[in-house]
Amino acid sequence: MTTSISRRTFLKATGLTIAVSVTPFGARLLNASGKEEALSGFKPNIWYEITPDDRVAITVGASEMGQGAHTALAMIIADELEANWKQIKVSHGPAAKEFKNPIWDDQITVGSASVRGFYEPLRKAGAAGRAMLIKAAASSWKVPEGECQAEKGTVQHKKTGRNFSYGKLCVAAAKLQIPQNPPLKKESEFRYIGKAMPRLDIPEKVTGAAKFGLDVDIPNMEIAVFSRPPAYGAKPISFDQKAAEGVKGVSKVVPAPMGIAVCAESLYAALKGRDALNVKWDKGTHPQLDNDFIEKSLIGDLDKPGAKVIENGDAKRALGEAKKKVEATYFVPFVAHTTMEPMNCTAYVRDGQCDVWAPTQGQLVAQLVASQVSGVPLEKVQIHTTFLGCGLGRRAAPDFVVEAVIASKGLGKPVKVVWTREEDIKYDAFRAATSHRIQAGIDDQGRLIGWSHKVVSGSIMKDIAPEAVQGGVDFMSLWGLADFPDSPHDNRIMYDLPNLYIEFLISDLPIPVAPWRSVQNGANAFPIESFIDELAHAAGKDPLEFRLQHLKTNWRAARVLETVAKKAGWGKSLPKGQGRGIAQHSCFRSYVAEVVDLSVNEKTGGVKVNRVVAAVDCGLAVNPNTVKAQIEGSITIALSTALKEEVKFSNGGVKSANFDDYKIIRMNDIPEIEVHIVDSKEKMGGIGEPGVPPLAPAVGNAIFNATGVRIRRIPFAPETVLAAIKEKKA
Amino acid sequence: MISLNVNGKNYRVDVPDDMPLLWVIRDYLKLTGTKFGCGIGECGACTVHIEGKAERSCGISAKDAQGKKITTIEGLPQNHPVKKAWIQEQVVQCGYCQPGIMMQVAALLSESPKPNAEKIINAMDNVICRCGTHVRIRRGIKTAVQIAGKGGKQS
Repeated sequence: MTTSISRRTFLKATGLTIAVSVTPFGARLLNASGKEEALSGFKPNIWYEITPDDRVAITVGASEMGQGAHTALAMIIADELEANWKQIKVSHGPAAKEFKNPIWDDQITVGSASVRGFYEPLRKAGAAGRAMLIKAAASSWKVPEGECQAEKGTVQHKKTGRNFSYGKLCVAAAKLQIPQNPPLKKESEFRYIGKAMPRLDIPEKVTGAAKFGLDVDIPNMEIAVFSRPPAYGAKPISFDQKAAEGVKGVSKVVPAPMGIAVCAESLYAALKGRDALNVKWDKGTHPQLDNDFIEKSLIGDLDKPGAKVIENGDAKRALGEAKKKVEATYFVPFVAHTTMEPMNCTAYVRDGQCDVWAPTQGQLVAQLVASQVSGVPLEKVQIHTTFLGCGLGRRAAPDFVVEAVIASKGLGKPVKVVWTREEDIKYDAFRAATSHRIQAGIDDQGRLIGWSHKVVSGSIMKDIAPEAVQGGVDFMSLWGLADFPDSPHDNRIMYDLPNLYIEFLISDLPIPVAPWRSVQNGANAFPIESFIDELAHAAGKDPLEFRLQHLKTNWRAARVLETVAKKAGWGKSLPKGQGRGIAQHSCFRSYVAEVVDLSVNEKTGGVKVNRVVAAVDCGLAVNPNTVKAQIEGSITIALSTALKEEVKFSNGGVKSANFDDYKIIRMNDIPEIEVHIVDSKEKMGGIGEPGVPPLAPAVGNAIFNATGVRIRRIPFAPETVLAAIKEKKA
Repeated sequence: MISLNVNGKNYRVDVPDDMPLLWVIRDYLKLTGTKFGCGIGECGACTVHIEGKAERSCGISAKDAQGKKITTIEGLPQNHPVKKAWIQEQVVQCGYCQPGIMMQVAALLSESPKPNAEKIINAMDNVICRCGTHVRIRRGIKTAVQIAGKGGKQS
């Protein structure tokens, strides 16, 4: 766990070590086998090492949080290297700018980017190693390289029946020059890529051996918990430090900007100490804040002027000329991340150095804040990434790192900061609640001729990259509807809209917001894809037909819709009380369409989703096993937001505290899920997130299909559905 | 002093009587496969077997666990059908909740070797997975039943 990218690391190498330097401008390869001088001026960001004991150790900068990135990245190297899969081992690398993912220019595991960011450079890196091993074998046998073949961790000379394992060849290969453009395999020659490979991390995860952040155990380590403000902006009026420090096992109270830390020999003692601290807080900045206040604020802000985001054509004129005009207001509430592993971090600050053990999605920002808070120079801060008990975007923020460093510095010992579940929910930065008002016009042919869209939400970029918020526009908060002008991610509305106007207003609510699996694609797709359904009905068209009619310039979106419709039996009738809905969305360059079949109990308002069928075009699916798992997981978590999730607020702070009052989906609500991967030769897209956005609108569209009731707010809780049904009947 | 029998071994630990078993297992016995998820028995990440039944270790005090046979994920046999099925069906994503979920399944199958859909839902509605592995958990249970049926339980 103490690896660092240093000359020492490479000098330790006892076999063939290949490093890759990936930048937005391309990849460079390096034979880094024990060559100190070769490293000067070269910035490797992924490497693998073949050792005489026939092992291939791969180090990656991406975090493994369940998405399967480590296995997929290893598959790419192993395939081109012709390694034996059984010899592969992957581990998390340290924080280092050399590990930046070229898509985000940061060492950050977000935006469904690990595999698509490193696919091409890793193929080259694997192929270079294979070429060198073949060369080493050929030269040892004194035969032409062309007569030698690499196969599953060996080089063979079939003519003479000789072979060498990679372990036997690695020392000789290490002395060779690395080719910068080694011959790559043909796709038909792939051994692992495109095959449903078992994940490398599962065996250690089913035995309980896998180490997550909360499992970190450092000699002399203490546990710290924080007392935190119950309301936004609340400050402590008084607290009883003496009483807390008098609790058996408590060693020290450390006041900090975000709360008051209680350090103790055990979590048990730290929690008792926190109780004894008896902090009195003031009322904070927004004592009147509750759910009603929030919804009124966000809906009310739709009437205030915002910033212009996009103006194509003349939406106002088109709306004036439309044969039919439709207008609707939608609302999406705050939802919490609730990763199953609550936030935590361990730090040890001493003698001009700082070690941090963290389940983090952002190693560089963790390193930066640890350096700033500890006063230890950046190069003396080591980030040790553990497995992440889910990430969902929450773990890209470094708040838990700051806390652990403060506590360790204050105590002078290693400290693990543990968040209880209550803290994890109350002090989350949520998926931004958002209100949308959309107006659209249809001509006499049923064609969509104008679209005007106003969005209000908190700004996601405001805290993490304020310079990216320009002229009041935060594209990350708008993802799904509008994307940065030069973005390659397709996080935007895909329909052919000749006259499109989009306006955005940043809400002034004090509630922190953050990326949440698919960022705002997930929240914004609900109004967009529900409203498209409304328009289809207004135009008297089938919702699938209407979508296809307006996706003439986006054939990938059309293709996943056509695929899912066919697989789900779109158009076939359902029994009374059941409904079927469809939706599509693109994000992070992948295209997903989903069809939902459900039943509505008109007496209780209960919604039971029976089946979800999905079609995905993510370009080449490197590991179809994990692609399917990610879409299944995305559908499940999105169904949780569609049916259940809404953070409750009261008295200026968060009221929801644990899984008893913040309900998330459980087995009883899980439908049958079918995932179809479209055979695609297009550029590779991400897979961790794009399954989320289409689900909630598909559920809403299916409820409409079953009941004739359009619900413009999630979650579709029984009381909401029942009230809407009653209102329609009245 | 608290005396505990965990995975067939006897331990004596100096902890307060009311410390939840979860923290004794994790912080004192260093068996970290059992996870903390909620602390109120809602999520099941801390599930262990006590006298063969699935129990939430966050809700039982160290004192009350004395004299009972406790099994954690580390004590589940390596060739247990649930472990095999979880690998075969590639159930796991982040894996944090899975030890608790697997202990829940193992207890279900020992009580009811061929559970019907209703029994599966009743047992598994008590646990939470945030990655959304539920459809594979269902498949994993079916596979575990088959493996156990072929005499694969304990060799």
